[in-house]
Amino acid sequence: MLRLVDINTYYGPSHVLQDLSLEVEKGEIVCLLGANAAGKTTTMKTIFGLVRPNSGSILFEDKPVEKKATGEIVQSGLALVPESRRIFPRMSVKENLEMGAYIRSNRKEIDADLDHVCQIFPRLRERLKQYAGTMSGGEQQMLAMGRAIMSRPKMICMDEPSMGLSPKLVETVFDTILRIRDEGMTIFLVEQNASMALSLADRGYVLQTGKIVLSDSAKNLLTNDLVRQAYLGG
Amino acid sequence: MATFVNLLIVGLATGAIYALIALGYTMVYGIIELINFAHGDIFMLGTFVTIAILSALGVQYSHPPTAMSWELVGQLALACVGSFLFCAILGVVIERVAYRPLRSAPRLAPLISAIGVSLVLQDVGKLWFGPTNVSIVPMPIGAISAGPINIDIINIFVLIVALALMAGLHFLVNFTRMGRAMRAVAQDRDAAALMGVNVNLIIALTFFIGAGLAGAGGFIYTLKFPNTYFYLGFQQGLIAFTAAVLGGIGNLAGAMVGGLLIGLIYSFVTLIPNNILPHGGNAWNQAVIFAILILILIFRPSGLFGQHTPEKV
Repeated sequence: MLRLVDINTYYGPSHVLQDLSLEVEKGEIVCLLGANAAGKTTTMKTIFGLVRPNSGSILFEDKPVEKKATGEIVQSGLALVPESRRIFPRMSVKENLEMGAYIRSNRKEIDADLDHVCQIFPRLRERLKQYAGTMSGGEQQMLAMGRAIMSRPKMICMDEPSMGLSPKLVETVFDTILRIRDEGMTIFLVEQNASMALSLADRGYVLQTGKIVLSDSAKNLLTNDLVRQAYLGG
Repeated sequence: MATFVNLLIVGLATGAIYALIALGYTMVYGIIELINFAHGDIFMLGTFVTIAILSALGVQYSHPPTAMSWELVGQLALACVGSFLFCAILGVVIERVAYRPLRSAPRLAPLISAIGVSLVLQDVGKLWFGPTNVSIVPMPIGAISAGPINIDIINIFVLIVALALMAGLHFLVNFTRMGRAMRAVAQDRDAAALMGVNVNLIIALTFFIGAGLAGAGGFIYTLKFPNTYFYLGFQQGLIAFTAAVLGGIGNLAGAMVGGLLIGLIYSFVTLIPNNILPHGGNAWNQAVIFAILILILIFRPSGLFGQHTPEKV
């Protein structure tokens, strides 16, 4: 469904992504593991056109998207739950969710999805009228995920959805990811929390200083020595 | 009492014009964090376009209108819409040519570009109508008298037009899909793009509306004061900018309230007698306005309605 082929991305002189290739099939949960500054967020930004690759191609449903504007990429059916949520702080929760549905116009379907998101995240229903910026980090994370679902994407990318959350909230977030997948969503997950990510993913890639160094099924990665030492605490 | 009511009405009418101009400053600042120094000059060209359209339609000193007629109302409406559209399109062109290429440059670069555009527009004004005062035949809009109180109806007209435009803007920004997209871009440009918003289009639209309001402001200014000149935009622009800062730059309600307040201050300062300030308050109203600007910047830079954005976690 999503394929990155030999992507090279630079920030000024630093070569952040080096010949990065990866693939996500329809219906899969694929995770990308890596330490700080390995290039995980840059990978996400490159997919969504917020940073442009210097070479390589990105195919979504076999169509190249690496030269398209961010808005067009989203319209073709990709959604991102960005790092540190990036919700609109001075809009109500409801308006944030409506923004998620910006590319859609069928009012009935949007209202139905709004209701559906509130079912997944009952906390959001309680706070529909509240300014999003006044919510806790966990609630904002739920809002960011709900907002992504509101665009009715074919695939959702999530950039460190567990960051800064308590262990209990992390579990809620990961339960939700499974739930969304069971509803038929394809998910690409970037995570530092390797044990949690691998416990729900089908496959995983390991990114080190801009290069993919490992790629395997999640089960095998969990027992892989390198992964155990570097990301699972030995 | 009569003086008070008069100063109040004149202050509100003048303030409404400042508010219309201030909205453009604040909208542009809100969305791309740029003080658009050319904005006052767009307003100035709005006054010129108004005069040009009205003269072309035959509203001239050679045959001054003697009474309000539907024909005159139509001509005025045409001048208002024409000035709005001219300035709106000019705003979009300026953004495209002078600001967009510098969007990822250090912030000083677009600021200097804006000052450059301001100078260019002033010279365009000078080429068009010359370096002296240009005036238009006064409109035959009378006054209402109630005992000692005498109010020029033009002030009421100015207030109605300005308030209607502001109400329209308020509706557009808060209750339409486009307005929501504008607020989203203002709060987080990348996140808005990730919702599928065409960010460039929304920024262009913001310039369209902000500059259009300055054009409409130019129209009502011309009717109220009935003269203008190429440097008008710099002066009035600075005062309107003060209004935007007073309300809290980036905040639409702030610009509206700030504009009205500045208008009232401008008007009531004239009450200060000779023995307190030499030559009386009339000679000092700009000094007072800019003293206020300095005080706000020192003591409350976020303005009256300045928002404290909750920190992102």
